[in-house]
Formats: sequence, structure tokens, C-alpha cells
Amino acid sequence: MTKKYIGKRIKRSEDPRLLTGEALFVDDVEIPGMLHAAFLRSDYAHAYLKSIDVSAAQAREGVVAVFTAETMGDDWQPGPPLVSPPPTVEDVIFHSRTQVPLVKDKVRHVGEPIAIVIAESRYIAEDAVDDIVVDLEPLDVVVDIEKAMQPDAPLVHDDLDSNLAAHIEQEKGDYAAIREEADLIIKRRIVIDRGAAVAMENRGIVAQWDAKSQRLTVWDTTQAPIAIRNGLAARLDLSEHQVRVIAPFIGGAFGPKMMMFYPEEMLIPWVSIKLDRPIKWIEDRYENFYATTQERGQVHEAEMALTLDGRILGVSDVFLHDSGAYDPYGLTLPLNTQCHMMGPYDIANYYSESKVVFTNKTIVTPVRGAGRPQGIFIVERLLDLAAKELGIDPVEIRKRNLIPPDAFPYEHKIIDQAFAPLIFDSGNYKPVLEKAADMIGYDRFVKDEQPRLRAEGRHVGIGIVPFIETTGVGPYEGARVTVEASGKINVATGVGTQGQGHFTSFAQIVADQLGVDVRDVHLVTGDTAEFHWGTGTFASRGSVVAANAINASAKLVREKILALASKVLEAPEDELELADGVIRVADVPRISISLGELAMLANPLRGAVEPGTEPGLEATAYFGPQYGAIAFGTHAMIVEVDPQTMMIEIKRYVAVEDCGTVINPLIVDGQIHGGVSLGIGNSYYEKLVFDENGQLLNASLMDYLIPTAAEVPRIEIGHEETRSPLNPLGSKGVGEAGAIPVPALFAQAMENALPEYDLEILEAPLSPNRLFELLREKEREL
Amino acid sequence: MKPPPFEYYAPTTVEEALVHLSEHGYDAKALAGGQSLIPTMNFRLAQPSVLVDLNNVSELFYIRPDENGGLRLGAMTRHFQVERSSLVSERTPLIYEAMPKIATPQIRSRGTFGGSIAHADPSAELGAISIALGGRFRLRNQTGERWVPANEFFIGMFTTLLEPDELLVEASFPNMPPRTGWALQEVARRPNDFALVGVAAVVTLDKKNQCQKARIVFLSVGDGPVEAHRAAETLTGQTLTPEIIHAAAETAATADIDPGSDIHASAEYRRHLAGVLTRRALDLAFERAKGRG
Repeated sequence: MTKKYIGKRIKRSEDPRLLTGEALFVDDVEIPGMLHAAFLRSDYAHAYLKSIDVSAAQAREGVVAVFTAETMGDDWQPGPPLVSPPPTVEDVIFHSRTQVPLVKDKVRHVGEPIAIVIAESRYIAEDAVDDIVVDLEPLDVVVDIEKAMQPDAPLVHDDLDSNLAAHIEQEKGDYAAIREEADLIIKRRIVIDRGAAVAMENRGIVAQWDAKSQRLTVWDTTQAPIAIRNGLAARLDLSEHQVRVIAPFIGGAFGPKMMMFYPEEMLIPWVSIKLDRPIKWIEDRYENFYATTQERGQVHEAEMALTLDGRILGVSDVFLHDSGAYDPYGLTLPLNTQCHMMGPYDIANYYSESKVVFTNKTIVTPVRGAGRPQGIFIVERLLDLAAKELGIDPVEIRKRNLIPPDAFPYEHKIIDQAFAPLIFDSGNYKPVLEKAADMIGYDRFVKDEQPRLRAEGRHVGIGIVPFIETTGVGPYEGARVTVEASGKINVATGVGTQGQGHFTSFAQIVADQLGVDVRDVHLVTGDTAEFHWGTGTFASRGSVVAANAINASAKLVREKILALASKVLEAPEDELELADGVIRVADVPRISISLGELAMLANPLRGAVEPGTEPGLEATAYFGPQYGAIAFGTHAMIVEVDPQTMMIEIKRYVAVEDCGTVINPLIVDGQIHGGVSLGIGNSYYEKLVFDENGQLLNASLMDYLIPTAAEVPRIEIGHEETRSPLNPLGSKGVGEAGAIPVPALFAQAMENALPEYDLEILEAPLSPNRLFELLREKEREL
Repeated sequence: MKPPPFEYYAPTTVEEALVHLSEHGYDAKALAGGQSLIPTMNFRLAQPSVLVDLNNVSELFYIRPDENGGLRLGAMTRHFQVERSSLVSERTPLIYEAMPKIATPQIRSRGTFGGSIAHADPSAELGAISIALGGRFRLRNQTGERWVPANEFFIGMFTTLLEPDELLVEASFPNMPPRTGWALQEVARRPNDFALVGVAAVVTLDKKNQCQKARIVFLSVGDGPVEAHRAAETLTGQTLTPEIIHAAAETAATADIDPGSDIHASAEYRRHLAGVLTRRALDLAFERAKGRG
């Protein structure tokens, strides 16, 4: 394979369609006779459903049907868990409680659907929702995760003894013993709050049941169309072959579109069959704040043991993790947090205990970062406090603790989100840290610029944070590569695409394998009629697992091309070359055949073929990594804060990423821009504020503040490439990396900007109002 | 997020619009730029049964000089037109300076001057500025019209002196006297958000550079624009030294306002910001006044 495209900064081929409004999104699907759905959702966070009267809604002109849990009859069943429950490991407690299609007896969070109205338009459907009379008996509400664990707390699930959803302990080495030998113990309570993913496109589903062909077609904003197809078939008592799920272009997902099955995801197809009519439901922004999953809420009691020269002897941490009203996503998030709480550091002793807690809030599943930013926040905050205490430069203390390059593969002896041992496959952390320090001019800033700015009365601080990201987990993905008679290449893969640039990056791989122009590689993603084996787009795995499956199938096709061309051109395979869509004899270029002609020869219309011959230049292959590849990086920031107003300005932002082989640097840069943007939100702007009744107080984009182009600084990006030994391309994921270090970085830079206050930032996000409170407290102390 | 059904009228003259408002009274809402009303209807927080759309009433779109050196703005003049008007920048530089702080360019391309005034959001810049500049509003109904000074117009949260059959048709601002300086200072979470606190200050000096008159008006600290009378009084007849300005800012923050708490800012933080911003606004207004001798 010649690398003509891999590693090149080429523009995304899908963008012209996206930018000119020609791409198909779920809401663009229009079908004659289509009806529209709207939901009656609970206004209470915790209540018994006493009675419900839908007669007025049913009587409204234009309303076709109204369903409740009761009228669903035997078709009402709790949703399947998304992630398999943990294997029975000793000491692991896991109570699986999954979401329900419509509330039957008890509401467990605001926004939980109670009834579905089907009408001729969304307007009428919403009018009819207002007609429904529902009698809810409010219960005491569980909001705060610490209060949820108190013995007298109300129960989210009445059949459990407490609100404990899961409990998992992990241990490496012997923290208790090493603690006795430590010169310094840093112990703090650290809180990370809940945020939303806020994809530009909300969720949406269109389902069409065709009674004549007995087939169901579903357009769904899902990250995992194949799993949805299989699940729907099982639930609706259809064969998998009868169900086609299409995940068309999707305006961002960031994790929450992975949570299958949402109540709506099960109900819309069910209603379509029931009524024999196409049904559309498009989630609005208000619903999205209640009905789409969220993440991040954790409370940690963390400590770090160190020597006088700043070597980390061990980390110990006990944390509560907010799961919301149900726990369909198993232990993925707390495990991710546990796996990132040692960061990129060589730490021999580690103890972590996690308690997952049910609350009367929207369900928690991964949001870009997925438990990782919390882990990094803990280790980095403790390390910053230790550096201050020991009088060691923050960059220096980090260098002293990084895992050295000769230690890989580095075994952590704890288990990861796949319940497999956590192993860091490869890495070279120090050059990345040094590059970031160099790019931001760390030494110069600290020595010259900062003293000058301070003398002018300005508060400008610097931060630098290295981190790791577990990426590219299994089980597997697959792809089919076909050379068409036109000489163009068609590639089908099962993963969905939500803006990652798959149409371009995957095409680059195929173009290099087959020696064709990248524009001649056409990609189909997320349509189960095209490819129906695979799991989905999540956990920063597309460019690892799907990309390597595509590479493997393209390689098989290449072999077929060479074998057939060798016969046709009467030349040995090793004398042939593939380039520009033509196979030619390297030394005698006039002896050649185009790929298209060869494809036609591979699919003859007449004559006999040899037994055992497969038609066409086509192959399907799969790839499943042994375990996840560990990407890494270092981010650095210079921030100015006005301690009079608490307003900030990020003056410089540097991100150095090592995600193994880079397929397209432009796309990697885009992933980092998006990730950092979310990270800035998680640091300073974005927080879902719930009151004591479980009511969300900022359920609109007026009050839930996502950073815009005006708040996100220019991001200077550096790339390093440490290939992963776990896959032929050597790639690692990068989808979530940008978001991971930012809250830790922001806290460090803010403390550095305000030295006279001797601040300790032990929370994320840090709003200006909270900063004001912290500074006031410090002023009172001084 | 779809509104319930409503009747819709699109008159082309003020006369015609007033007929609809008079007929439907409290059931009707005038639709200007729709940047607040439409979202409120989509949330079903407001459910007017009649909308009277003013977007085709061409006589309400204008920016005109008046003979006394002041400025007149038709109620339907869009923010972006005000933002780009050299007349506004010459005659009411405070309004000109405030425009980019009002929401986003997208909102300013539809939102209207009169719509913002009549909506009376306590966080809106234009209400506070109108008071600081001594502006007046012209209200019309079918039987006639009346002029209301800006400082009397706002009577509470989203509430004004407008009767249901009345339409705000014009805002008028007097000539700015010589030796007058102005400033608008605000703090917002993001530049385009509603301000956590904002303050407009207009200061006129006499020939000895002493303060002849000062007006200080806050936004986002009460049910509407809040004028800091006590602080302004402490400035009258004074030379505006840093100490005097500092004391006035303290008075404004502690005695003139009683801000509330919300998820973005506590009352204490708002009070603190009010002090900081008043100081900054007075400093700037004073500097500008000296420069316009």
C-alpha cells in the first residue's frame, strides 16, 4: 500500500452536502400519510401515577390515537439494558433497573413520558397533550447524591433497600501500607457537576410499517443502528430481516444517542405497526433537556500519597456517581473514571471505591469524555496541590511521574469498562508534554511575561495538563468493499456517523489500498440494509475499529484484484502495480487494465467459471482489537481573569495530541476543537441546575450556557504519532480527547492567575458566581 | 414547542393595527420582531389568541432627526438599523454603543427598538438607556396619543403603562447637551447573554468641570430599569474625583438597588458587580464629558 492519502489534510467530502442543506436528516423524511407524535411528560420528579384520563385528547379533531402504559397491554415492557451487566465478580453489586416505555405506576424523573399522542400534526398533538388529565401523587424527591445515600432517603426504586445502584472496588498494590511511608498526603473532597451534551440536532425517529411487505423501516438519530434493529426485531416479534434501521446524517451525538432503547425509540415503531401508518417524532429542545441522557455528576473523597521529591506513591479515592433514575448503561462510567484516576502516571498503589446512586433525575449515560474527565480532574487537582505544598514546578512534578516509554505495554492490574484488564498498549508521554510546554512558551511566560503582567495589576495564569484516553474498544466492526463496473468503489460499514468525517477518512484508507482517487470511494454508513454486523459509533472507536475493518476488507479486495489481473494481463502478481484506477505491469506500463473493466470480468454474464470462484471484486472483513488503545496528549492554557467581575478570557490554548497514526489531521483537529469547546463548557459555563424538587432550572439554551465561537479561543494544535501495536493501521481514537483535560487545566490556570488568593478549586464547573464566593471566603480569611 | 392556535392579522397601517387591538383587548398581542414573544408562545407560557403583526406597517420603520437636535425612532426600527445609523451615533452615542451588546446579530436583525421597550424585560439595555437619556415614548390608541417619559413608562416585570388598546409607536430622545459624557457597562456570562448586571450613566458637567447633572440607571437588578437617585444626588455639584465616584458607586450598590438571586448570580454578587460597574461607568462618562467641552 502506498500512502497517498493516509495522513493527508484533505477536506471533508461530505461537507458540501451538509453546508448546502442537501444532506438527509431524520426530520427531512416525509412520507405520505405520516402522523406526528407528542408526549405527555411528567412535571414531577417523583410521584405515583394514580389515574390518567385521555378522553378529551382522543376526542380532539385531528387526533388519531393516544396510548398509555395501560393501553399498551402486554407490549409494555421495561427497556433492555444497553450494556451487559457485569460478570459475576466477587464484591461487585449491580442492580439493573431499566427505563420503561411509558410510566405505569411511578414517575422517577421530570420529563419521563406518561402518554403518547398521535395526531395529524405536531401542533395538534401538543394541543391534545394539554387535554390529558393526569393525577400524580408527589413523593419526596432524591436529588443530591450524598443525601440519596442517607438511611432515611426516599427510594427511587421501591423494591431496593437503598438508592445504591452499584458498588465496585478496585485495588492495585497496597495503598494503606504505602500511605504510612508517605512524606505528604493530600486529601480533598472534590465535586464534578452534571452537564448536557447539547447536540445541534435533537433526537428524532420516523417509523414506517409496510403491511404488504411486512417490513419496518426506521430512520433514527442513533449512534448504533444495528443494535437498534436487533433490539426492535426482538421486541416487536419480527425477524431481523424485516427491520431496516437507517441512521442518516446526524447533527452530532456525543454519547446520548447511544443509549438504546429510549422509550421513544421503542414506541414510535410500535405505534407505526399498531396504526399501520408512518409516524414521526422529533424531539424539541425543551424535551431534550429532560428526556435525553446527561452525565458527569460525581462526589469524590480523594487522596494522594507522595514523597518529598514529588513522586506519587499512591492514590486512593471513594466516589459517588449519579446514575439518574435508571442504570441502563451498567458500570461503564464509574469504570472509566476509575481507569483515568491515575492519568498518565506510574502509580504503583491505587484504591478506588465507587458507589453508583439512583436519583430522581434524567438518566445518566456517557457524554463525550464519559467518566474520563472526572478521573483526570481528580488526579490533576491532587497533583497541583501537592506541587504547591512541595514547592515543585507543576510541569516538573508531572515529568517526574510520567510512565516511561520503555514500560509499555503497561499493566494497571485493574479492570476497564469492558471488564478486561486495563493495559496501556503504547505511549511516549514526555515529548508530548514538552511540546505543549514549548508551544505555549511555558518557561518564558513564567519567568518574564507573568511577572511583568502582575506588575501591571493583571491576573493572567498558565496551566498545563497531560492526560490519557482509553479508546478503540471492541468487540468488533465490519465492512464490505466492492469495486463497481464503473471503477468506483463502494464501501459499506455498520457504524453510524454523526459528523466525524467518516466519509472522508474511511475513503482515504480504501483509496490507498486500491490505488484509486479518494473521490471515487463512496461510503455508506449506518444503514442495516447495507451492512448489518457491528456495534456502533462510541468510545472513540470509529477510527480504530471500523477503520481497521475497512482496511482489512480493502486489503482482501486488493488481493482479488491482483489475482485476477495477473491472469488477465498474464503477468505475475508481484510485477503488477495499482495506481490511478488502473492495474498495470510495472515495467511495461502499456500492458494494463482499468479497475472497472476488471470488475466486469470478475462478474461475467456468459460462459463457465472455475468451481469455487466468487463473483466480483468484493470482500467483507471484520476487525476486533485485543483490547483498547490508549491515546494521550497534553493541553496548555493561558487565561486572564478580572477578579473584580469574575469574567475570564482564554488568551492562548495549546493541544498536543498523540492518537497513533493520523488518517486525516484536518479531521483530528476538528475533533479537538469540538472536544475542547465542550471542555470549556464543563469548566466555566455548563451546569444543569436542579432544585430540591428535581426541577431543572435552566432547561433552555438561554440559561444553559454552551460556549459559542465567541468563547472558544483559537486552538493551536500539535501532533505526535506513537503507533498502536494493537491494529494494522496503528491508530488510536481521538473523539473524546479534547474534552478530557480541560476542567483540570482551567482550574490549574485559574489558581495560577490569582496567586494572592491562594485558591483551591475543587469543583467543576466553576461559575463566576462560585468564583466570587470563593474569593470572598479568601478575603475574609486574609 | 408549538404554540396553540391563534388568530393572525397583518395590518399595513397603524390605524388598522389599532382597530384590531381595540377589538381584542387583552386577548391580543402586537407582534414586532418576535424575538421574545414567539419563544414564549412556543413554550406555551404566553397563549395570546390574537396576534397583530406589525411587520407590514411601514410607517413605523424610521430613524429621523428632530429639529431640536434630538432623535426619533419608529417603533419597528430593527436593532441592526439602529446599530448602523450614523445619525444615532452622532446624536445618541449611548444607544449606538449599546447596540452590539444586545443579544446576537441574528436577533438584532429581526428584533425591534419598540418591541424591546414594550416587552419591558428587566435585563434589556434599551429601557435603562432610554431613562438615562431622558427619552420619551409616544403611545397611540384609536382615540389619540400620549407621550410618556421613559422613567414613568416601566411599572414592573414585563409590565408598562401601555393599555391593551395602545401601541408604542415612537421613541424620542432629546439633544445631548455639551459637556455630557455617557457610558454603558455590563457583565454577561457570554457577550451576547442578558447581562448579570448592567449600568448606564450620563453625566453633564458645568464649565468648572463640576457635575451639573448625573443619571445612573441599572438593568438586571430589579423588576425593571432601576434608577440610582441617591448615588446621582451625591454627584451633583461635585468635582468627580476618584473618591467621589467610588463613594457614589457604593451608594448605588448598597442604597439604590435591591437585586435578586438567580441561577447565574446571587444578590451579593450582583451588588458587588453593581459597585464595580458603576465606578467604571462613571469614570468613563466623566472622561468623555470633559472631552466634549
